[in-house]
Amino acid sequence: MSIHEWFKKKKLEKEGAYVRERLDIPGNLWVKCYKCSQAIYTKELEENLKVCPKCGYHFKLTHFERINQLVDQNTFKEINANIKSVNFLNFTDSKSYTKRIEDAIAKSSLKDAIVTGTGKLGGKDAALGVMDFSYMGGSMGSVVGEKIARLIELAIEKKIPVLIFSSSGGARMQEGIMSLMQMAKTSAALGRLRENRLPYVSVITDPTTGGTSASFAMLGDINIAEPGALIGFAGPRVIEQTIRQKLPPGFQRAEYLLEHGMVDVVCERKALKDTLVKILRWFDEKE
Amino acid sequence: MKKNDPVKNLLPFEKPLVELYEKWEELKRLSGQSKINMDEEIRLLEKRIEATRRDIFTQLSPLQIVQIARHMQRPTTLDYIEQVFDNFVELHGDRNFADDPAMVAGIAKLDGRSVVVIGHQKGKTTKENIARNFGMANPEGYRKALRIMRIAERNEKPIIALIDTPGAYPGIGAEERGQAEAIAKNLREMAELTVPFISVITGEGGSGGALGIGMGNRVLMLEYAIYSVISPEGCASILFRNAARANEAAVAMKITAKDLLELGVIDEIIKEPAGGAHNNFAASAANLKSAIMNNLEPLLSLSHRELIAHRYNKFRNMGIFEEG
Ligand SMILES: [Zn+2]
Repeated sequence: MSIHEWFKKKKLEKEGAYVRERLDIPGNLWVKCYKCSQAIYTKELEENLKVCPKCGYHFKLTHFERINQLVDQNTFKEINANIKSVNFLNFTDSKSYTKRIEDAIAKSSLKDAIVTGTGKLGGKDAALGVMDFSYMGGSMGSVVGEKIARLIELAIEKKIPVLIFSSSGGARMQEGIMSLMQMAKTSAALGRLRENRLPYVSVITDPTTGGTSASFAMLGDINIAEPGALIGFAGPRVIEQTIRQKLPPGFQRAEYLLEHGMVDVVCERKALKDTLVKILRWFDEKE
Repeated sequence: MKKNDPVKNLLPFEKPLVELYEKWEELKRLSGQSKINMDEEIRLLEKRIEATRRDIFTQLSPLQIVQIARHMQRPTTLDYIEQVFDNFVELHGDRNFADDPAMVAGIAKLDGRSVVVIGHQKGKTTKENIARNFGMANPEGYRKALRIMRIAERNEKPIIALIDTPGAYPGIGAEERGQAEAIAKNLREMAELTVPFISVITGEGGSGGALGIGMGNRVLMLEYAIYSVISPEGCASILFRNAARANEAAVAMKITAKDLLELGVIDEIIKEPAGGAHNNFAASAANLKSAIMNNLEPLLSLSHRELIAHRYNKFRNMGIFEEG
């Protein structure tokens, strides 16, 4: 391998589809960008909406940060905050699902992987679902499915659009088949929304795969992806193992999906609120 | 259908039967040669074979059921179509990109009634399996399925879907052409179908790839079929960090027909003949046919609105959580 090829390979590895990364920014003064390795002053990163000022890498947001960045101040009202996962299969792998739930709650200070509610964007009402990857990798179990279904039903009742921000590794295996059924449940609810002629905007963020992408995340009237987000049905590792060949560069990234016609817009975080407000104002022309 | 070779088709856990079958064959051979009547001995041995088989099959572990569900000789969708339905005309293509041989679909008659039938298609030999992509559909397979469901809907005909897939295909082309979108769209559209819809898990119900044609008003399952969110091997390698612990994963995930009936995810178990569907294909096809007809009957009198509401409520109520 020539030194040139070696550099190229290193670069590819860096951009590779599945660089494992820490998902939150520790309470340090300085953070190293996962993509370009630039040291960034935490304050500066936060002011820049958690986007690397040097390379544009979009760090994951917690539900709290997402709501703060997008929803008009003091308009967000959470609903169904008290639905909680239970270990109904008595599932235990390296630890029990009961313990995993407790740990996830402690780590993320969330009751499950999605927060739902209503709020305004640019003065327009919307039903909002915000997934949070820090709760068990944003996995979809009964609670995520139920909260999304109730959110959509509320939107139908209130005649307001639905906006869901996805960030999820897919179905929650610890709930077995019941996690699969949440795909049916959320998609069926979106069918109802459509029958009621109400819009749904799906904002797909890093990463969104498996049962989440194969249900509500890909069903937006308008699908918006954040730059660089990993979006796909199967995980890159599974694909590589199945086909036994290297994946093309940029595979399953937001830009790749745009090129293949799967998303409408790849939108940088700094332009996201404007874009969403424009869309909401297009749907609802009342001033 | 190929003639069944009872010994060759036995699974590892059916080993006690091998010796008995060998004895049986020996007796048959001797009785053909000699003048001594051995009918009684043969009959007794056959009884013993059946008793031993019953013993084995009454205490199957979930992973053993997985092996039956994946048996190379297990009847496929096209086998069932041939035995259960008449006048089948296969319809090809998604009208966008390609025809997917891992998914078959067409129009047919079921006991004189026009229906459409859709199902994943596996092969019984390596060659067939390669041609059928091991029953793992690409997006065009799901899009073809939806296209045929729409034909059923426009013509007020019931839909029967037979599910037998390890999962939707994880490949580069599948991703590029929107595997996730294809499945998601099917889920949303199936919920809104105005005609009776029955889905049956006949073999492997592999995750989203199975659910992609699986949102029936009634969901039935063959006795030794499985239905799961991920394969036991996949679950074991991710959660137990060792694919060899598939047995534990299979137990933990509750993937058998009996478990799924208890969880309320399926509505009915269709009995399989002794030794599994591959052991007596005619009997398993007959069981499938009567189960489909029995479940279809009450749906036929429902209005469009009732059918949609029935299906919506069925899936809307799935999920177990705490509140308060
Ligand atoms: Zn950077």
